[in-house]
Amino acid sequence: MAAAGLAAGAFAVGRATAAEGSESPDPTGSDDAFAFRGKHQAGITTPAQDRLHFAAFDLTAGSRAQLIALLKAWTEAADRMTRGLPAGEVGPTEGAVNLPPDDTGEAIGLPASGLTITFGLGPTLFRDARGRDRFGIADRQPEALRTLPHFPADMLDPRRSYGDLCVQACADDPQVAVHAIRNLARIGFGTVAVRWSQLGFGRTSTTSTSQSTPRNLFGFKDGTANVKAEETAAVEEHVWVGADDDPRAGWLAGGSYLVTRRMNMTIEVWDRQPLGEQEEFVGRTKDSGAPLSGGTEFSEPDFTMPGSAGPVIPKDAHVRVVHPDFHGGARMLRRGYNFVDGSDALGGLDAGLFFIAFVRDPDTHFIPIQNAMAKSDALMEYLKVTGSALFAVPPGARAGEYVGQALFET
Amino acid sequence: MRKPLAIALVAAVPLVAACTENTRGDDSGSGDARTVSVTSTDDACDLSAVDAPSGTLRFKVTNDGSQVTEFYLLGEDGLRIVGEVENIGPQLSRELVVNAPAGSYVTACKPGMKGDGIRADFTVSKSDEEPAVSADDQQLVGQALKNYQAYVQDQSDQLVAKTQQFVELYESGRDDEARALYPEARVHWERIETVAESFGDLDPMMDAREADLEEGQEWTGWHRIEKDLWPPATGYTPLTDQERATYAEDLMKNTETLDKRVQRLTYTVDQIANGSRGLLEEVATGKVTGEEEIWSHTDLWDFQANVDGARVAYEGVQPIVEQKDPELATTLTARFAALQKLLDAQRTDTGFVYYDDLSQDQVQQLSNAVNALSEPLANLTAAVLS
Repeated sequence: MAAAGLAAGAFAVGRATAAEGSESPDPTGSDDAFAFRGKHQAGITTPAQDRLHFAAFDLTAGSRAQLIALLKAWTEAADRMTRGLPAGEVGPTEGAVNLPPDDTGEAIGLPASGLTITFGLGPTLFRDARGRDRFGIADRQPEALRTLPHFPADMLDPRRSYGDLCVQACADDPQVAVHAIRNLARIGFGTVAVRWSQLGFGRTSTTSTSQSTPRNLFGFKDGTANVKAEETAAVEEHVWVGADDDPRAGWLAGGSYLVTRRMNMTIEVWDRQPLGEQEEFVGRTKDSGAPLSGGTEFSEPDFTMPGSAGPVIPKDAHVRVVHPDFHGGARMLRRGYNFVDGSDALGGLDAGLFFIAFVRDPDTHFIPIQNAMAKSDALMEYLKVTGSALFAVPPGARAGEYVGQALFET
Repeated sequence: MRKPLAIALVAAVPLVAACTENTRGDDSGSGDARTVSVTSTDDACDLSAVDAPSGTLRFKVTNDGSQVTEFYLLGEDGLRIVGEVENIGPQLSRELVVNAPAGSYVTACKPGMKGDGIRADFTVSKSDEEPAVSADDQQLVGQALKNYQAYVQDQSDQLVAKTQQFVELYESGRDDEARALYPEARVHWERIETVAESFGDLDPMMDAREADLEEGQEWTGWHRIEKDLWPPATGYTPLTDQERATYAEDLMKNTETLDKRVQRLTYTVDQIANGSRGLLEEVATGKVTGEEEIWSHTDLWDFQANVDGARVAYEGVQPIVEQKDPELATTLTARFAALQKLLDAQRTDTGFVYYDDLSQDQVQQLSNAVNALSEPLANLTAAVLS
């Protein structure tokens, strides 16, 4: 992970400079830039940016060679855009007038804005719905990379779920994140098509101890106990896939698994719950985020402390149901975002939490916890899961490599 | 809403005349003299004042001790609870808002929630914001509790009887008659749904929808049979006679267990008010969206039954609300009526229009009316307890 300060100088010859002197909107994004290449992909332990555009793609045609060519082209474009450069080598306004530009142009004048682009591979890339091994990689499918099981309260819309490939673009400026997905989708036409995409605003987690804890649309602080980048041992233990984790999928070492869940909140009903009950559902106070067993936001919850009727943190409180203490110590690196996709047919907000988590093994770090939540978490009364997906996130591409290279070439 | 898990074990508490935070209309000119800071430690209960003018009092309770504490405002006799706030964890603060007429009171912090607590006298002096007191509150509450208990017991009796008829029709293959009785039997479940659902073991066996199941969980109950009576056009294998008998007997057995438990229940006045709110939540999350009866599309029967139950609960406490917050009572009465008018427009000879025959516009109107009612209804409990 590149330090933000370093990048600001090193990448100064970027889009922002190129547009100097021309009329450009006030940059709302930051000058932060994070190196695309490295041991691990960026956008995981990177301090969570404020905005998200996440897209899932399906392969529309093609051969193994076409897939590899796409990953190469995406790697190059992502490397450029995360530096604040245009997606293509020519640029949005620098090319021949009789050709469409190789960058769409809406990011002219905007800095890198902390953009990270993270690629993932879905189970159907290895074996499609009919069981076909389209790209000769089925024997390398990671054991844990399967379609997630049905969980209670799942009302999945297939058009918001699954996918052969995914791209997570995060930035401090929504236009920069959208620009990234738009240009990558364009590069992919002929090989992939967008299956679904999701915009997110307002990070709902912190991935660094330097960040303050944000609030989700229930109005509560979220992600207090998240795995943070600074906890290097915890990141190794809970986020990165180890070299010996899966003998079939050595290529995934240094990578991770990415779970997405589009969790619609029944906002209007939630808003009518008394404050005391909201706090009991969550197990924390709404103002400071302290556990109901007392202290401050970062105090460890005391699940045995007695209250007036049963423990002071109720048995079905969210903080208890998903706590690592009850799941063999399993922790996730959550990186979710709030979303509001306008209103539904009845005038209610189509809104909620676009849950994103990076885990070392979904079989131990996600599925059991999601099952416990679906079964006994008081918050489930106010949640409907409308989208779901699981992807394997290859390790980072080093100089001269493309993302996922080890899958095809070792 | 929080499901009243321990409902069966809670003895009817006498009128608890307070609420914690968020009381309606509690900000009308309450000056600092009516705000009292309370610091509760393991061995002390320090109040910033020992008296206050009458009106809406705010006790800001901070727990500086090491264990969970509670704070009470008690009547002069030290027994009657005027207001209480529970479950204040160490280093946390909570607010007790209470309408207190002039008189002598007792305050108590209860660190560790044991014993009589650390008590002191507290005086409320007469002011021009003297709240109205009603001598017959207690009687109104007693009547409400009795009536609601009788209503729930009666609905449970009818549920047992109709379920018996229904499973007999279903088991003997008289499917047309079973289909006709299905929504009518479920009415009695839906009218007391918040009570029935409070039994966490029975509810998933009796009322789970297919989407509610987790992998490997067996699907039983009303909606399992619903799907068999209104099967999807393709890809469905009808249940055998033997399977029918199994599911039918299972549903009947669970209904009888439910009834036994329901007949023993007693209620508190806040449970009744919360039940009214909870039933409207059921409408908003399941019925108005057509998700409850995805095979039979008889959602409007359930809708009406939830509204029936909510209205009966409201009407039970209505005399109390009319005294405490007449404006709220007027609003709720009008909005129940407005919602009922929309439902009545969908009535047919045999019951209601099927959900999938409603236009988007009609669903929208129903949803708007549910929202219009639910928003003030969420203040009912606080008003009843104020």
